[in-house]
Amino acid sequence: MLIQKSQAIAPSRRSFLKGAALSTSVFVLGSFVPFGRFAAAEGEAAAPAAAVFDPNMFLRIGSDDSVVVLCKHLEMGQGVSTGLATLVAEELDADWSKVGFDFAPNNPKVYNNLFFGSYIGTGGSTSMANSWNQMRQVGAAARAMFVAAAARQWNVPAAEITVSNGVLAHASGKSARFGELVEAAMQEAVPTAVTLKDPKDWKYIGQPLPRLDSRGKTTGTATFAIDFRRPGKLTALVRRAPQFGATVKSFDDSDARKIKGVVDVVQIPSGIAVLATDTWSAMRGREALKIAWDDSLAEKRSSDAHVAEYRDIATKPGIVAANRGDAAGGLGKAAKSYEAEFTFPFLAHAPMEPLNCTIELTPDGAEIWAGSQFQSIDDYAVGQVLGVTPDKIKIHTLLGGGSFGRRANPVADWAVEAAQIAKAIGGKAPVHLLWTREDDIKGGYYRPMALHKVKAGVDDAGRIAGWQHTIVSKSIMIGTALEPMTVKDGVDATSVEGVSDTPYGVENLAVDVHNTKTAIPVLWWRSVGHSHTAHVMETTMDELAHLAGQDPLAFRLSYLKEGSRDAAVLKHVAEKANWGREMPKGTGRGIAYHMSFGSRVAMVAEVSVEAGTLKVNRVIAAVDCGVAINPDVIAAQVEGAIGFALSAVLRNRVTFADGVVEQGNFDDYEPTRIKEMPAVEVHIVPSAEAPTGIGEPGLPPLAPAIGNAIFAATGKRLRSLPFDLDLLA
Amino acid sequence: MITLTINGKEQQLDVDPEMPLLWALRDHLNLTGTKFGCGAAQCGACTVHIDGEGARSCSTMVGDAEGREIVTIEGLSGKVAEAVQAAWQKLDVVQCGYCQSGQIMSAITLLSANEKPTDDDINASMEGNICRCGTYVRIRDAIHEAAKALA
Repeated sequence: MLIQKSQAIAPSRRSFLKGAALSTSVFVLGSFVPFGRFAAAEGEAAAPAAAVFDPNMFLRIGSDDSVVVLCKHLEMGQGVSTGLATLVAEELDADWSKVGFDFAPNNPKVYNNLFFGSYIGTGGSTSMANSWNQMRQVGAAARAMFVAAAARQWNVPAAEITVSNGVLAHASGKSARFGELVEAAMQEAVPTAVTLKDPKDWKYIGQPLPRLDSRGKTTGTATFAIDFRRPGKLTALVRRAPQFGATVKSFDDSDARKIKGVVDVVQIPSGIAVLATDTWSAMRGREALKIAWDDSLAEKRSSDAHVAEYRDIATKPGIVAANRGDAAGGLGKAAKSYEAEFTFPFLAHAPMEPLNCTIELTPDGAEIWAGSQFQSIDDYAVGQVLGVTPDKIKIHTLLGGGSFGRRANPVADWAVEAAQIAKAIGGKAPVHLLWTREDDIKGGYYRPMALHKVKAGVDDAGRIAGWQHTIVSKSIMIGTALEPMTVKDGVDATSVEGVSDTPYGVENLAVDVHNTKTAIPVLWWRSVGHSHTAHVMETTMDELAHLAGQDPLAFRLSYLKEGSRDAAVLKHVAEKANWGREMPKGTGRGIAYHMSFGSRVAMVAEVSVEAGTLKVNRVIAAVDCGVAINPDVIAAQVEGAIGFALSAVLRNRVTFADGVVEQGNFDDYEPTRIKEMPAVEVHIVPSAEAPTGIGEPGLPPLAPAIGNAIFAATGKRLRSLPFDLDLLA
Repeated sequence: MITLTINGKEQQLDVDPEMPLLWALRDHLNLTGTKFGCGAAQCGACTVHIDGEGARSCSTMVGDAEGREIVTIEGLSGKVAEAVQAAWQKLDVVQCGYCQSGQIMSAITLLSANEKPTDDDINASMEGNICRCGTYVRIRDAIHEAAKALA
């Protein structure tokens, strides 16, 4: 009765489909490279691979007309579940009101990210881009099977059948809903080739379809990972070391075990876990632990020492990341030049749903319920703990309450901890590992601290004479399983992206990078390297424009190719923001442009600065992310990225005192609040290009647009983030 | 034994009276629509209504909630709640959605006391509710939308 996952199909059909899959239903979905954009950027050969194409693996259609798309990516707010379903529904000609989604299981042979090789994973703003053809093919193949079934039943040519809103019809007056033809459609062979719609025939792509997850998330019925309940589960909280690199020397759990509800206390590599029948008991039990730490290998420095170290390193030559023309020679001949330093702190992701994971050991492995973002890393890492292969770890992906990168970790820290605890108690109960907010803010895996040093100048004609750019940061990728794909000759692409590959035609540009060493664990944070590089690039372009006595918009355009998508986005935002219009005293307007993850975003920020107080009044954004699959979701992602980025502009920083994180909750690591949120306008530049990401690219231009606006308002240049507004007083 | 009146129903709970209401709801009554965000009344994700007023359930002890009318997102009813939830859905406010139960509970409190809030009223009233996805533009718009629908 269903087109569904093969295991639920009747035996005779299953064998038929299995045969079909082997003989005819194998699609080659183009070529892929592991962790696409990085390797592709290096020009490495792409290994061709065949992906099994079988619409029943991505789609279930019920006799009740329900259309359920199996979502291979984590929904963490970015709208991917709605987006993937839109692609299927478009080619299927489904009735959108009947469309829903479920998360796909962790079978990498089917649900791999086509840009990540054989890995299932969500990140790098790749979800819609890698699924663009695949999901449309799924919908088209299923549609063809329904049409073939109707043609057979009605004895009419398939070409004469139309499909609209989930209803098949023929001029003879015959019609049927998908639900009525489910049995018959399953008897049809899966097509070996499909023709996708001409864009002019799109009905759903390009429309602001309502999100599929709105209802559940506004009625309290949506199940986030933290809401999942396994009967008999114990809640586990871990007391981790106060300094990174410290370990447990000894501990006394006698008081903890006296707390009502506490069931067990176990040691794992990252600390001491308290297991209890409910969260409150686990919290009280954890408070009662007495632990002595061995800090002999711990990172014990304070933030001032980190900055001093980075500053010192920046005076030495680093590893060359880019070298165009002759930067030093050009600078030597500059009419005007300057040197500037930018510092960026460690940042916590702080998703609203704290990290958590439910795990239950099974006779041959484990089952996990989590907001898993990198399933192929999580199942591997948990398998390593339990001594089994990844296929023995069954992941049930659930809604993620935000992530911003945190739920995807090359070492799967939270999943590994959950597995270690379950193993330590011998699997006697399912375990729900929960991190509190303090655990989250203090727990590491931060956006790396970075220091940039830029020497730049202009010649007599007002052209950039030379640009020397040094970046000091801890590499995110070195030492992880992803190093081979992302690090070349010591240069981690995620440390220098946005600088070494700038679209600005700067003739004399030298970029070098230093990879620092510290036990503080780092991780990708929404927009990764672009979260700091864009700010330096766009602030520097602004400074150079002023040094050259030119308009910041015109100056930028003069370094972008005429007619390029980059130039078009900048012009678009300038027009919408009425660039050049006089601004009242005490206010200023700043512009910035950055490309990340294949998407281009330009922003104009309008600010007021009064008595050293900054108010961001309005942000106008222009976006080119290829075909705008759902313009409303795109607008929402840019609005949200602005809200997220603003916290790092205004105040967020993770700092250390003798190696101990000084922040702990939303009082001292305070995200943007509603009163600080500017009015936002998002303008989408029409494009027929294949879609690129939008989860991250809205973030990078915000900080420099604000900084440039502050300069326009005050004549004072703030560089380091978060902005030190005392400098404006 | 503690007796709580939740969503119009009396519930008997054998828990520590100092347990935050949040954990009683989530762990003992399986009312998981109310969320844990900070545990310190900093973010508003755990907002419920107690005797018609917005309250942070993470910082309200179960013992102090006894004998009072507690309403969670699951128990909402009435014109204001319907208008707020409809506006949230119409404008697709949610992204990750984790904070939105609390946002909606706070918005209902606001609109119950102020039929036509200005942006400043909204900013003041919603300041305690953090949305890390930054959906604030739409939260403001949705509150105006709900106010319009109720007028």
